Amino acid sequence: MGYALSVQAFNSLLAELGGRYKIYAPKVFQGKGRVAGSALVAYGEVGELAEIAFDRKTAFSPKEIIFPVNQTMFYFTKEEFKENVPDERGVLIFLRACDINGIERLDTIFLQNGPYRDVYYERLRRKVKFFLMDCHPGWESCFCVSLGSNRTENYAVYVRRENNEVFCRVKDQELAGLFEKYGRAADVEPRFVEKNEVQVKVPGEVGVDVFEHRLWQEYTARCSACGRCTVSCPTCTCFTIQDLFYQDNAECGERRRVWASCMIDGFTDMAGGVALRANHGDRLRYKTLHKIYDFKKRFGVPMCVGCGRCDDVCPEYISFSKCINKLGEILGR
Amino acid sequence: MNANPYLPVRAKILEVVRQTEQIATFQIESPGLNPVPGQFLEVSIPKVGECPLSISDFDSDYIELTVRKVGKVTGALNALRKGDHLFIRGPYGNGFPLEKLAGRHVVMVLGGIGLVPVKSIVNRYYQNGGVKRLDLLVGFRTPREVIFQEELARWQEKFNVVITVDQGEPDWPGRVGLVSELVKEVAGQERAVAIVVGPPAMIRAAAEELLKSRVAKEDIWVSLERRMSCGIGKCGHCKISDQYVCLDGPVFNYRQVEKLVD
Ligand SMILES: Cc1cc2nc3c(=O)[nH]c(=O)nc-3n(C[C@H](O)[C@H](O)[C@H](O)COP(=O)(O)OP(=O)(O)OC[C@H]3O[C@@H](n4cnc5c(N)ncnc54)[C@H](O)[C@@H]3O)c2cc1C
Ligand code: SF4
Ligand code: SF4
Ligand code: FES
Repeated sequence: MGYALSVQAFNSLLAELGGRYKIYAPKVFQGKGRVAGSALVAYGEVGELAEIAFDRKTAFSPKEIIFPVNQTMFYFTKEEFKENVPDERGVLIFLRACDINGIERLDTIFLQNGPYRDVYYERLRRKVKFFLMDCHPGWESCFCVSLGSNRTENYAVYVRRENNEVFCRVKDQELAGLFEKYGRAADVEPRFVEKNEVQVKVPGEVGVDVFEHRLWQEYTARCSACGRCTVSCPTCTCFTIQDLFYQDNAECGERRRVWASCMIDGFTDMAGGVALRANHGDRLRYKTLHKIYDFKKRFGVPMCVGCGRCDDVCPEYISFSKCINKLGEILGR
Repeated sequence: MNANPYLPVRAKILEVVRQTEQIATFQIESPGLNPVPGQFLEVSIPKVGECPLSISDFDSDYIELTVRKVGKVTGALNALRKGDHLFIRGPYGNGFPLEKLAGRHVVMVLGGIGLVPVKSIVNRYYQNGGVKRLDLLVGFRTPREVIFQEELARWQEKFNVVITVDQGEPDWPGRVGLVSELVKEVAGQERAVAIVVGPPAMIRAAAEELLKSRVAKEDIWVSLERRMSCGIGKCGHCKISDQYVCLDGPVFNYRQVEKLVD
């Protein structure tokens, strides 16, 4: 069903939802940017429409809402393990089609890869409803269309802001009553980005010979292995499990997981000094092939959703879409 | 499988056997685990950490682990004694395809601690037979690093066991040199099937020698070791190409291995 709501009505609706849900959306954090005095656009909790940055792209994806950077798995007391169970409130996330596709990639790894389901992810994930944000016309580093992640049907509510009205299409029956209460019926169809400035050609088959190509040496000279590209990526899921004990009571502690990155030193270190991919370019090769080839081979869809965040955040101005296209050219030859 | 796969269970250490200064074998009470040889456990000590360890042997009510002290967790494990507890989850991974070895001439090429994941297989062949011939080629760095000395001596009765070290010592009676160099002495006469476990460079050299001795790629099985954290296909550390060593391995056929690039 479609609805039109005034800004005021939408705010009332958000306020009512706020009792039952934590609401996350792209938000501008003044003075938190990379350059002194600049703003950071990132996910944060919001209470009203004006806080939602409809016209900005976040530097970091919404994944940390359901896959926190740092997550306690369980606590150790002297003789037992106590699991960390999240609070009861639901979660609403305002996000674009690329990021919904991105979360589907996380679902694939955490819930489908192998016989075990990741309970920590699942507990947070099943509380989430997606509020699909209208995306138009996209940004200069985006290439979602080439990867088919410009669209989605997987949402509870689609939201488009136009002047002083908010147009919504509601799929989620649980929420329909609220929209009925605050809005008037209207014809609303989601629209999606149909063309990006940047296009990529994803190679179909990759031979072993690609691994030694000169391309990667060039990237070794440029990439500083800072890992920002993987931190910003909506589809990176790697983590490392660590134990710690508390300073004030060494008998108690916790097991936790923290984000890890294939771009950063130590990811593959093994006993006996064996470390794979010492060259930074080889790490970029590993990441690139995972994003556009390995994942697809295993699960049928590319991992990368073309959000372009890795390009936006790279301090060395390495463009991932250019990297994909260079690889495509090499393989085409 | 609704339970939390990350929650380990407590298990009591029944016996500790010192193998070398760095390596010890632990027999752990753990009924009903029924692993496949070649599978591994995630073993942990709360507040220290967790690490993957191969099951070196097992019975219906115990599991045996053989641990080399290299760092935090393995160091803390090394200090444990009979009656202490540790924590385990698993078994994980695929294990060796034993049906492919049945009745065949089997060549095992093992580097040091690479002996660990195959020990239970050799013990079963020793007790019950099941293969036509077994050549066990084991390489250690030095004579002091030889593990499972008793077992190796016992296995000599029934199998061709050749032990070599990289660096000999004056009273070392065995061979000196790379274990991969021994392959041509045993493989080749008849269609053999091979198992290779060891560090990456050793695996490469051994596979090359096996192929030279006309062992078919399909008949070479390799157990890979990669950095692991979760053991269940989530953390990403062990991924090579489209394969997860913790889920799809650690045992791979050589046909697959040759297509995997780190
Ligand atoms: C499937 C599998 C089976 C294994 N079986 C055995 C076994 O039967 N016996 C045995 O002694 N060891 C085995 N290992 C290796 C063992 O897991 C590592 O030695 C152990 O994780 C090191 O942990 P630590 O906390 O003691 O070392 P850390 O303090 O974490 O580090 C010490 C050194 O070990 C390296 N290391 C850390 N984690 C790993 C890891 N997961 N794998 C390899 N190296 C690592 C570090 O890079 C460093 O060089 C196996 C590994 C795998 C993947
Ligand atoms: S690899 Fe880059 S473009 Fe692709 S999903 Fe990750 S951050 Fe977005
Ligand atoms: S590609 Fe850029 S962002 Fe990624 S690790 Fe290299 S320098 Fe950092
Ligand atoms: S060890 Fe975590 S994915 Fe394999």
